Amino acid sequence: MDTNSTARLLLKKKQDILVNWMQNQLLDDTLRDDLLSNEELNKQSEEFLDGLLKATSDGNFENIYTPEFEQTLDVLGDISITRARQGFSPRETNLYVLSLKQALTDVLEQEHQNDPRLLYQEVVLINKLLDSLSLATFETYLKGREEVILRQTDEINEISTPVIRVWDGILALPIIGTLDSSRTQIVMENLLQEIVNTGSSIAILDISGVPAVDSLVAQHLIKTVSATRLMGAECIISGIRAEIAQTIVHLGIDLSNIRTKATLASALQIAFEMLNLQVRKTGQAGNTKLLR
Amino acid sequence: MITMTKDMMEIVREQDVVPFRNRVKELATKIGMSLVNQTKLITAASELVRNMLKYANGGRVTLEIISKNGQTGIRLTFTDEGPGIPDIQQAMQDGFSTGKSLGLGLPGTRRLVNEFDIKSKVGQGTAVTVTHWKNGR
Amino acid sequence: MDRIPILKMGPFLLVTIQVDLYDRLALNLENDLITMVSKTGARGVLIDISAVTIVDSFMGRILGNIASMSRIMDAETVVVGMQPAVAITLVELGLTLQGVHTALNVERGMDLLYQKTDILLHQDEEEEEAPEQDPE
Repeated sequence: MDTNSTARLLLKKKQDILVNWMQNQLLDDTLRDDLLSNEELNKQSEEFLDGLLKATSDGNFENIYTPEFEQTLDVLGDISITRARQGFSPRETNLYVLSLKQALTDVLEQEHQNDPRLLYQEVVLINKLLDSLSLATFETYLKGREEVILRQTDEINEISTPVIRVWDGILALPIIGTLDSSRTQIVMENLLQEIVNTGSSIAILDISGVPAVDSLVAQHLIKTVSATRLMGAECIISGIRAEIAQTIVHLGIDLSNIRTKATLASALQIAFEMLNLQVRKTGQAGNTKLLR
Repeated sequence: MITMTKDMMEIVREQDVVPFRNRVKELATKIGMSLVNQTKLITAASELVRNMLKYANGGRVTLEIISKNGQTGIRLTFTDEGPGIPDIQQAMQDGFSTGKSLGLGLPGTRRLVNEFDIKSKVGQGTAVTVTHWKNGR
Repeated sequence: MDRIPILKMGPFLLVTIQVDLYDRLALNLENDLITMVSKTGARGVLIDISAVTIVDSFMGRILGNIASMSRIMDAETVVVGMQPAVAITLVELGLTLQGVHTALNVERGMDLLYQKTDILLHQDEEEEEAPEQDPE
């Protein structure tokens, strides 16, 4: 079979194929015209078909990992990554390529009605090509989704470690949730940067929201305290609940070099003392004033 | 895994260390590595280069920007033809040193980077490969 | 040979490291500083590393050495201005600079030195500055 002539035929019938393909896409139930306008889709499809027919013009329908297909794969990659981000389902994304299969085979059928053998060979060829393209689409689609997940993980980590300036020279950092090594990195980075920005000399790490402290978490806490000290600031750990104190002792974790307090309030109090500040009641009830 | 750029530097004198560190920094900045991760990688590189100068009178470093599963990173390979390390397991322990250092070199370096690999043959030399990804994971 | 300048400020010595250290330079600094401490009888040493982007185990050791040696000669050492990235890296490396005092910046470092060495700050201020307390 001469694949070159098939390529030439498809190139000649490009307009028919495009119209046919667009029709297939527009008729499909899963068309997401809410996410992508029809004009946009038409433009996208034309660009893709152009690239594809150019790539196959040498009669290569077998291997899509050749330089000729680079542009086509780029376009396809763009489309599937954008669709992944826009919230298309995998099925909807893949259908884009699969609906082209129908359009291509329809054209071939019209041309080669009288030669079933040739038609069969051509259809097999087109099937192979579009199946590999569909696999490529799926791969990039997944990659796009993974990027979304990674970005969200970063965002969650970022939000879940706020550094609060509780007083001039005193920072507080409530940790909520498990403290793993990548989270510790973010905590350290945020805390140390904020120490530099505000010139604070005391940081309070509140672990009331940490469900459990094992030796690994303790190690992360000790690291954070050491890094704070290297910068020239002091770090107090507060929010140590009874069960956490118990596990720490049972596991034989040594926190004797670290200032620890049961509550954030008592940590704040000792921070005030370290800065020679005093909280005092004035005459009126409920009105407290801070004196230096 | 794909190698995007590859570069090589000879380290034979102490004066080669600063240009080498700058080269690592350049690559790290190029792929957009955050400052903390840059610092970790350069510190690790600094430790390994010192080992190479001290125990093997220098060697070669290959610097590569690599990409794997959509991640970009930097891979450094330190190759020397020095005496080699007889007991790698021992050398990887905190506090072990044959010289007068703190013995943090190798184990500390391993903690600083994402991937660490060491191969050594007594009498033939040592090759250490470290990889650090852009986002430090 | 490159050298890092050491300034004498009253009873203290002040070093500002503006370049990334390599081993020779760091060793020279250790030598020069200790010589200066013994020559001037300084009571404190302040090392500003705010411009240093890399501190590895060797340089960490030099800083530790300077502190221990100075202490034998009755001088305290304060390292100031460490960059967050450097602090995180040192901790990860396993180096916590035991025995070295740290402070956020030169000003706080000076305060700490006065405090550690029991030299009264106001005496010094009466000589050099306005006797009023600082506006902070």
